[in-house]
Amino acid sequence: MATPENKLAFDGGWAYDPAPESTDHISLKKRYGLFIGGEFVAPENSRYFDTINPANEQKLARVAEASEADVDRAVKAARAAYSGVWSRMPAKERGKYIYRIARIMQERAREFAAIESLDGGKPIRESRDIDVPLAAAHFFYYAGWADKLDYAFPGQRAKPLGVAGQIIPWNFPLLMAAWKIAPALATGNTVVLKPAETTPLTALKLAEVIADAGLPPGVVNIVTGAGKTGAAIVNHPGVDKIAFTGSTNVGRIIQRALAGTRKKYTLELGGKAANVVFADAAIDQAVEGIVNGIFFNQGHVCCAGSRLLVQESVADEVVAKLKERMETLIVGDPLDKNTDIGAINSSMQLEKIQSYLKIGKEEGGEMHQSACRLPKKGYWCRPTIFTGVAQSNRVVQEEIFGPVLAIQTFRSFDEALAKANNTPYGLSGGVWTDKGAKIFKMTQGLRAGVVWANTFNKFDPTSPFGGYKESGVGREGGLHGLDAYVKLGAR
Amino acid sequence: MSVAAVKKARRLPDLSCVPAVDEVGVNERVARFQTRSIKKSAKVEALKLILSMIDLTTLEGQDTAGKVRQLCQKAIHLHDAYPGLPHVAAVCVYPNMVSVAKEALAGHDIRIASVATAFPSGMSSRKVKLEDTRTAVAAGADEIDMVISRGEFLAGNYRYVFDEIVAVKEACGDAHLKVILETGELGTLDRVRRASVLAMHAGADFIKTSTGKVQPAATMQVTLVMLQAIRDYYRDTGRMVGMKPAGGISTSKLAIHYLVMLHETLGNAWMTPEWFRFGASSLANDVLMQLMKQSTGLYQSADYFSKD
Amino acid sequence: MAAANRLSVAKTYKIYIDGKFPRTESGRYFPLKNKQDAVIANVCRGSRKDFRNAVVAARKAQAGWARASAYLRGQILYRIAEMLEGRIEQFVAELQLQGRTERQARKEVEIAVDRLIYYAGWADKYQQVFSSVNPVSSAHFNFSVLEPTGVVSIIAPDDSGLIGLVSYIAPAIVGGNTCVALASESLPLSAVSFAEVLHASDVPAGVVNILTGFRDELTEQFASHMDVNAIAWPGDGRKMARSVQTLAAENIKRVIARPKIDWMSDEGESPYLIRDTQEVKTTWHPIGS
Repeated sequence: MATPENKLAFDGGWAYDPAPESTDHISLKKRYGLFIGGEFVAPENSRYFDTINPANEQKLARVAEASEADVDRAVKAARAAYSGVWSRMPAKERGKYIYRIARIMQERAREFAAIESLDGGKPIRESRDIDVPLAAAHFFYYAGWADKLDYAFPGQRAKPLGVAGQIIPWNFPLLMAAWKIAPALATGNTVVLKPAETTPLTALKLAEVIADAGLPPGVVNIVTGAGKTGAAIVNHPGVDKIAFTGSTNVGRIIQRALAGTRKKYTLELGGKAANVVFADAAIDQAVEGIVNGIFFNQGHVCCAGSRLLVQESVADEVVAKLKERMETLIVGDPLDKNTDIGAINSSMQLEKIQSYLKIGKEEGGEMHQSACRLPKKGYWCRPTIFTGVAQSNRVVQEEIFGPVLAIQTFRSFDEALAKANNTPYGLSGGVWTDKGAKIFKMTQGLRAGVVWANTFNKFDPTSPFGGYKESGVGREGGLHGLDAYVKLGAR
Repeated sequence: MSVAAVKKARRLPDLSCVPAVDEVGVNERVARFQTRSIKKSAKVEALKLILSMIDLTTLEGQDTAGKVRQLCQKAIHLHDAYPGLPHVAAVCVYPNMVSVAKEALAGHDIRIASVATAFPSGMSSRKVKLEDTRTAVAAGADEIDMVISRGEFLAGNYRYVFDEIVAVKEACGDAHLKVILETGELGTLDRVRRASVLAMHAGADFIKTSTGKVQPAATMQVTLVMLQAIRDYYRDTGRMVGMKPAGGISTSKLAIHYLVMLHETLGNAWMTPEWFRFGASSLANDVLMQLMKQSTGLYQSADYFSKD
Repeated sequence: MAAANRLSVAKTYKIYIDGKFPRTESGRYFPLKNKQDAVIANVCRGSRKDFRNAVVAARKAQAGWARASAYLRGQILYRIAEMLEGRIEQFVAELQLQGRTERQARKEVEIAVDRLIYYAGWADKYQQVFSSVNPVSSAHFNFSVLEPTGVVSIIAPDDSGLIGLVSYIAPAIVGGNTCVALASESLPLSAVSFAEVLHASDVPAGVVNILTGFRDELTEQFASHMDVNAIAWPGDGRKMARSVQTLAAENIKRVIARPKIDWMSDEGESPYLIRDTQEVKTTWHPIGS
């Protein structure tokens, strides 16, 4: 019965004034060296690259590009710290250092949030309310494990691996650093971490925190650079473990590169999660979950609900509500407290997303975008949905890593489950229904490591995260996240 | 749809088809509204709009003609030190005070709302409730705030509740009907949603959260659920229904959160006193203090604002 | 009354796919010789097509096997042990035929029986040991459970005829995986006989598939198949290890290398070996009304 004139109007009328987060309390250096052996040092070849603000394309700082020799220095520093101090230290003391990191991060939370939004383009609301508090909570959680590892592995004695090489992506720069560093340190390993080249700043600020916390030099080393620096870490013979979060393609390259070595590895890779909405769902909350599933962090989320499977009898209603909801999403200045969708992280990523928009249309999909105005400078993408697409379409199959949702309909439970699982990925999934038995049938049937029922994109330090199939190997977070950083032996 | 057609379409809907509501999801959505930062001119605009949406209310057993007259004075003269302020939407009183308010507000464009139907409990016969309504309308009430029979609703006697609203709507004549669900007694958001649907189908012009006599009164959670019910009803029928949260909204900050929620749920068309009201007694002064602070830059003291 | 010089009946050693005992589709064989260089048996030289067929069978059986109750899986493992116990003499003789002393052979078979019982007991317990309820900060109920990885390809240790194979298969299937195992190349006979034990033990068709053949020829097939979720193998040989992991990367296969484990000792059994072929699944649900 819905008619066009019954649509709601969200444009014009009352509008929110700009409410920018102030940046006068943050301190950024003009140039950052590499954090090796407890201090910032210049890269041996004196090469630096710019890190820019994707919301206005302005330079924020110069950052060192670590060469193979620099990585070697970092690994040696980590090895020395491992053998000399960290692996010998009583576990309780180790834990107390990690607690310190958590506390200092909490004290400096607002600064971290502002820098995260400046460097990565994500809305300040998210960096302030999600990324930074979760990162601190992660350190707090794993700090407590340091002296309790005997209880994590019944019947076994857990020993550290040595030096962990960690490579993290640009979508949650600080949070991913915390996910990587906290469990590694708690289990007695030392770390060489490389943040993504487009978002190095919060990791470098974290280096300051680590220094302020008084961690022994070399326990955590942070080297900046692009793929070559990452490869140097992966291939360094002095590294005992690789932890990588990023694309499935690079994960595959890393798994190959590690072939024939004794290095352990964990991989957190891509995804193409289905969010399954049944007719008996709490529809308004489901719509909210769909929005949160795909538009959170500009869709730069490996576990994003980038496929919507909606039962045919409610498909029109859900899509109509989704379109209306999209009109209320505010796209713009990441530092504005009212921004819902910030800047796309880089021009490269924007090009990739735009190429998929083109592909989607060429495949015959019907594209709909919200009518929001976009800033002139910077990298932006309107919230986008595709209807009229099918399993055989690329926008349904491939990870776009942007605010682009592919919508399909289904008739029966079995059809929904089959479509949801019809992908090489298996990171996450969602199900919306008011019926408990159906929830369990769906959550058990989904071949994915994280399943959200009547919610989506929730994270917690105590909650293991990681993928099935091509979405990765191993888990991060929770009790199970400790596995990645220990070798087990008989007591 | 014409009024006659709407009337004709008044049928008790199948409440089992009303979509479920997930409480945690509602809480999360509400939390998002609360993170909106409303500043500068957007804030001033919001504060003025809030003032214009207030149903200035006194519903006490101890109400007297004197008290009601003073309240009406307040309604007319919100804060004369601040030129160009809007007036409140209405004053809301008991039926026996309607004539007093009528006289006090004569010549002013402020509506008179009266509670009726054995407010606040509604525990009386239909005959008494209808008489109560007719009395208030006859005395000059422009708007009637009725209560639903919560006991009957909770017992599953939806037909009873529905027919009662239909009958009261008839008794209202030209007066607008606001239907109070008393959400604090309904227990779950699912029931709030169902009661909203029932009330709208029965002919409510407004749906309203609370009497103010039961805790919890209005919350953003129940208001959101009711707004979403209004939106779906509008989508299905083309008829706009108004919304009135009442009780417990006493600060500008909270009222602005409500406005944000309204703005992002129903859009511009509802952003007027015609379609949205705050049932409140002390909210006006806090809004006035904020407005003065915005214009003077100084934080204000309650001593400078009249309490009537 | 049997004649004293009765002609014995030699056994044909076939492969085991989808609950059936076909010969290799390739028609190839390799002669297995004893220390005296006499041919004991002609063993199927399994092909990549045999492997492919086995993976199809394993995939088909996987969801149903994973859905079977833990109690049932435990009972079926126990049943395997019972069937093996009843054929101890056959396995002892067969291992002797392949060069083991009687004492060694008997010990190996006995440990294999006990190992199956060990894992039968884990069927309804490992989940309790490795699962967790996670105290998240928000209004959600959150728990993590283990689920089988899926289809596991197994390269059994070459240096044992029975215990190595059993020690690989048991922890994989008790956790709801299905598998395709490559028998020891030098000691393949017991693997085929073990398939016959499985066949008599209520193990659904396709849950365990066993091939015989050449490791050099088949290991890479086991590592590269896109519908295999994990490969468990001894990880011996640096060159082969490199190749296995390189090929496994094609579909981010889990590579479980188990070098230097004495399968005859207690270190050859552990719930952590079950966990190797399990995925952790975390589920969130709001707590509200």
